Amino acid sequence: MNNALPLVIAIPMITAVISLLGRHRPGMQKGVGLAGSLALLSTSIAILAGVLLEGILSVQIGNWPAPYGITLVADVLSSLLTLVAAVVVLLVSIASWTEIDPDRVAFGYHPLLHILTMGICGSFLTGDVFNLYVWFEVMLISSFVLLGFGGERAQLEGTTKYVTLNLLSSTLFLAGIGVLYGTFGTLNMADLALQLRGPTHAHLAETLATLFLLAFGIKAAVFPLFFWLPASYHTPPVPVSAVFAGLLTKVGIYALVRFFTLIFSGDAAVMHRIILVLAAFTMVVGILGALPQRDFRRIVSFNLISHIGTLLVGLGIFTPLALAGTVFYLMHDIVTKTCLFLFTSIVQRLGGCADIGKLGGLYRSHPFMALLFLLAALSVGGIPPLSGFWGKLILVQAGIAEKEYWLVAAVFGAGFLTLYSMSTLWSEVFWKDRPEAIGDPECECVGRTFLPLSLVTPIGILVFLIVVMGIWPSPFFHLAELAARQLSDPQMYIQKILQGKP
Amino acid sequence: MIVAVVVGFVLGLLAPLVVRVARNGTGWITGLVPIGLFAYFASFLNRIQAGETLFFPYPWLSPLGIGLSFRLDGLSLLFALLITGIGTFVCLYSAGYLAGHPDLGKFYGALFAFMASMLGLVLSDNLVALFVFWELTSVTSYLLIGFDSEREAARRAALQALLVTGAGGLALLAAFVLMQQAAGSFEIAILVERSPDLRTSPLYAAIIFLVLTGAATKSAQFPFHFWLPNAMEAPTPVSTYLHAATMVKGGVYLLARLSPVLGGTDLWRDWLIPLGTVTMLTGAWLSLVQVDLKRILAHTTVGALGACVLLIGMGTQGSLQACMVFLLAHGLYKGSLFLVAGIVDHETGTRNAADLGRLGRAMPLTCIGALLAALSSAGVYPFLGFLGKELLYESTLVGFTPVLLAPCAVAAGIAFAGMGAVVGVRPFFSAQGRFSGQPHDPSPGMWVGPVLLGMVGLLFGLFHGPLHSALITPAVRSCILQAGDIPTPSWHGLDVKLALSALSLLMGGALYWKWSALRGRLCRWRNVGRYGPAAGYDHALCLLEAFARRQTRFFQSGRLNVYLIIVICTAVALLACALVRDNISFSDLVLQRWADVKTYEAVIAAILLTATVVTVRAQSMLVAVVALGVVGYCVAVVYLLFSAPDVAMTQFAIETLSVILLMVVLLRLPRLRTFSTSRQRLRDALVAVSAGLITTLLVLVVTTQARNPKLADFYARNSLVLAKGRNVVNVILVDFRGFDTLGEITVLAVAAIGVYSLVKLGSHRDRIPEGPPFGGEARGDDVSP
Repeated sequence: MNNALPLVIAIPMITAVISLLGRHRPGMQKGVGLAGSLALLSTSIAILAGVLLEGILSVQIGNWPAPYGITLVADVLSSLLTLVAAVVVLLVSIASWTEIDPDRVAFGYHPLLHILTMGICGSFLTGDVFNLYVWFEVMLISSFVLLGFGGERAQLEGTTKYVTLNLLSSTLFLAGIGVLYGTFGTLNMADLALQLRGPTHAHLAETLATLFLLAFGIKAAVFPLFFWLPASYHTPPVPVSAVFAGLLTKVGIYALVRFFTLIFSGDAAVMHRIILVLAAFTMVVGILGALPQRDFRRIVSFNLISHIGTLLVGLGIFTPLALAGTVFYLMHDIVTKTCLFLFTSIVQRLGGCADIGKLGGLYRSHPFMALLFLLAALSVGGIPPLSGFWGKLILVQAGIAEKEYWLVAAVFGAGFLTLYSMSTLWSEVFWKDRPEAIGDPECECVGRTFLPLSLVTPIGILVFLIVVMGIWPSPFFHLAELAARQLSDPQMYIQKILQGKP
Repeated sequence: MIVAVVVGFVLGLLAPLVVRVARNGTGWITGLVPIGLFAYFASFLNRIQAGETLFFPYPWLSPLGIGLSFRLDGLSLLFALLITGIGTFVCLYSAGYLAGHPDLGKFYGALFAFMASMLGLVLSDNLVALFVFWELTSVTSYLLIGFDSEREAARRAALQALLVTGAGGLALLAAFVLMQQAAGSFEIAILVERSPDLRTSPLYAAIIFLVLTGAATKSAQFPFHFWLPNAMEAPTPVSTYLHAATMVKGGVYLLARLSPVLGGTDLWRDWLIPLGTVTMLTGAWLSLVQVDLKRILAHTTVGALGACVLLIGMGTQGSLQACMVFLLAHGLYKGSLFLVAGIVDHETGTRNAADLGRLGRAMPLTCIGALLAALSSAGVYPFLGFLGKELLYESTLVGFTPVLLAPCAVAAGIAFAGMGAVVGVRPFFSAQGRFSGQPHDPSPGMWVGPVLLGMVGLLFGLFHGPLHSALITPAVRSCILQAGDIPTPSWHGLDVKLALSALSLLMGGALYWKWSALRGRLCRWRNVGRYGPAAGYDHALCLLEAFARRQTRFFQSGRLNVYLIIVICTAVALLACALVRDNISFSDLVLQRWADVKTYEAVIAAILLTATVVTVRAQSMLVAVVALGVVGYCVAVVYLLFSAPDVAMTQFAIETLSVILLMVVLLRLPRLRTFSTSRQRLRDALVAVSAGLITTLLVLVVTTQARNPKLADFYARNSLVLAKGRNVVNVILVDFRGFDTLGEITVLAVAAIGVYSLVKLGSHRDRIPEGPPFGGEARGDDVSP
């Protein structure tokens, strides 16, 4: 089973290459993309099963032993996230069949999507700090091209902000790696964890932790480093922003969780306090940002930021229960945010634009889509018994157990405003009568009534997942708890990789 | 049991289908669901009467102590019967009331979902499960209030109800988690046993406060009462069911359910009694100034809920008994009155009490139902309402500070009697009526509800002995820890409470007769609400919007340079703090190593710094590019000096190439111009310098440390032996860490695709924007509105 790990990176790469070769044959690209995504999905299911049966899996690339060669490693968290990512990529690539224009397909949309997947999966599985950087670069460059190509004015502007701020993140990441290597002479995460736990090296730990907090904080769109996200996520074609919203920021969160449980978990009380403060601000500032917006995708973008804060809460509290809460919420958040972003496509198709002031009447005309949206929106709003509720409940329980009352208050405040924001969307887009389309040259607001099955099916599946996680939470909680247990006791991880010898 | 709860949700999804198939029979078919459930729950009457408490546990999220454990005792049974019983009539009624409405299917869907949630709420023994259903009732209430979604008023009222009850729900969740923290369980049955732990816990006051907030928002207690009258935007069957008979009693139910857990303390009484009293008076008073039938009823409902909270707050056996009887009586007569108001509205097109009259002959059946309900509301013997009022007065008389509470209760009783008559009597017997159309009795589905509910109120009043032993006594038992014998209320002869009853009936009658005259005088008070909590809600929402707008403009300004400044400043500040926490000594780093600096190093550094300054300050593009080249070459020289010739070679090559490329590109652009003011440039310079200083400091710290040479040694030793390569750097790149190289090659390939498609796809579509879209201070597309 160990040898399946590189497949998770190889499959998207091969898919990308084949689909690049057939770039003038859209039909073939669809088929290749579907086959590749399905292969990735089945591999990641196999890996998760392997991890659950055999414990942590790892493989040394090129068979060079642990601290010297590059390690790929899958624990419950990694394999779980890989699986969720595979699901999202599969559904988004199906949605792309109709939602991406032929021009973009001809210029390599599908290969880029799979390269992005390769970067995401690589980030989840690598056990080497520099290798993580490489995967981050793969993600950055492919997301940059996906964001920018098509060359519409708003897109280019968003892309510029996106790239500039993300390059800053890469710089900080690289600086961190430099300091790390300069201090410890190793790049292997398990080896670093071991050395930082050792008696000799407390030196520079705080500075290093801060560098990585900043680098990953920008990636994850944490307050006050999130500006690139609302500046860019509403500009590209919908499936692009859906996969970004679902997965890219979450890779940042994953990296934060990995680093701050495995490497900097020693006595980093101050760092955890800083994370908590940032989490509280991210939650509140993010959701307040959503209130004045009028564009569907911008509203969802600011919600996305707010819930990045919620995800950090568990990392900041840093008890096994809190980490389980973060992992549970992570699964929920990936699914719901992808779903809501894909909904933009529905709304744009039916209403002709994404300005909620000009939309309306979808409740009467498309009650089934309205029901799907309602479920997704209520889940984001933390209404039970949907997926968003359980994650929040676990986090609140963990917060109250640790007597972090102000933080719990922030979670509740943000939850309340999220509900407000979601009900605004519902009320404006679905309930309200459609205002007579006033002659606006920018937005013709002439909707179509045809919804392609390749768009409705992925959304339906995502909503189904939301409901299943809601009414049958115990298997998901079980996974989250396993992941959290491994995270809070990294000894297993370290021993598995280093095989006892440092 | 779980089937009984869940069936509503499943049927809710099927409802649109049923409506489409059943057409005219919709009401009778849908009514089968609640009546079936009613029969199911009624079958438990004997066992509950015998004092049993039935538990139906189902596992849900066991590791966290969360289960779908249902409990059927007197209290839940009373509520379950009320919910399914009135639900039956509401189902029948809605089909007629909303006949031909295109959204009838969705309406029944939401109604069934609500009924299921409400049943779940009153049957759950686990606090989390209870909360789940609690929130579901809020959501279904939101959907039902906003049923006429095209009207803005309906949407606003729905949002208001959602926000108020949603905020209360969050408070409740916090309370539940705190209770679990203090007593170690979510199960109410266990919490009852551990209630001494809870009462002595330091969290007790917080728990009480939060539970009360939750209950007060749901049950429309002061100062959250304002959402309930506004919720009258909902179709009348919804107002009947949710906002009179069942959902608003959820808060009362919760307080009753938790009183053996949390109640009986001074704190409990000190909070609940004033809360209930103030709400009772507010509701009674505000009902006087209304003319809309439904709003009159909504305000008296607020008053009645206040009375219930007051009675639970007292917490004695007698007061809880009073609460249960009053609650049942209220559910019956208020449900009936609402249905009547709906019929009147349906037939005449108006709900203005002042405009209605002379309907008695036109709609005799409706009139009978209305009269029965109004008499019960007034507390006339032998209706159940009479008993409820008697018990209420008795509790205030024997309980705490009767001097204060009894007059309040009587005042409320007067309003209930008078305003009940205004709704239930006046439209039928008043001499004048200003409305259009030919009103007549509606279809049987619609009148059967008010008539039967009124009759039940009368029957229960006549035969209250069996009612007590079957329903009321078990319900009281489940709210009290050690219940003694609960006597069936009986005739005590002439006493104070009877006198009070008579007084309130007389005064109520006077209020009714003089209502038209009084109304003119009272109307000037109608705007009193402008200064009340409802206005507070509007203000809070406005403030929130304004604050959100300002905050977002500040942070998401649309200016890339502002973003960069904020990010860099954050980075510098956090890193500086971290360096301080790491105890980095500045003198060790800089002062002591100053002697090591060689002259040629200093020269290179000086050139580098100068070139940097020139790059930034250059007035012409050419100079800037050349200076940038100098910076690059200096860096390459530094590499050379520190014995990395291969890196230096690469640096030289890249630097040369980039200078040439920059020349080619930049020389085609217009001349440099200054857009920023000198203050902005100063600010930017400060940010840049501080970032540079922090980086320098980091480099200095790292270079002072002795590096662990483990990796370097391994690579040097094994490069030839194991990897068969003489050039260690090459071997690292393609073998030891070849996987990284794979990634980097991918990056290059994607970059190539990117450049190609950016240029080609852009020109292909001829959509390349003219001029740079993102100037220095230009605000772009991502400005917040």
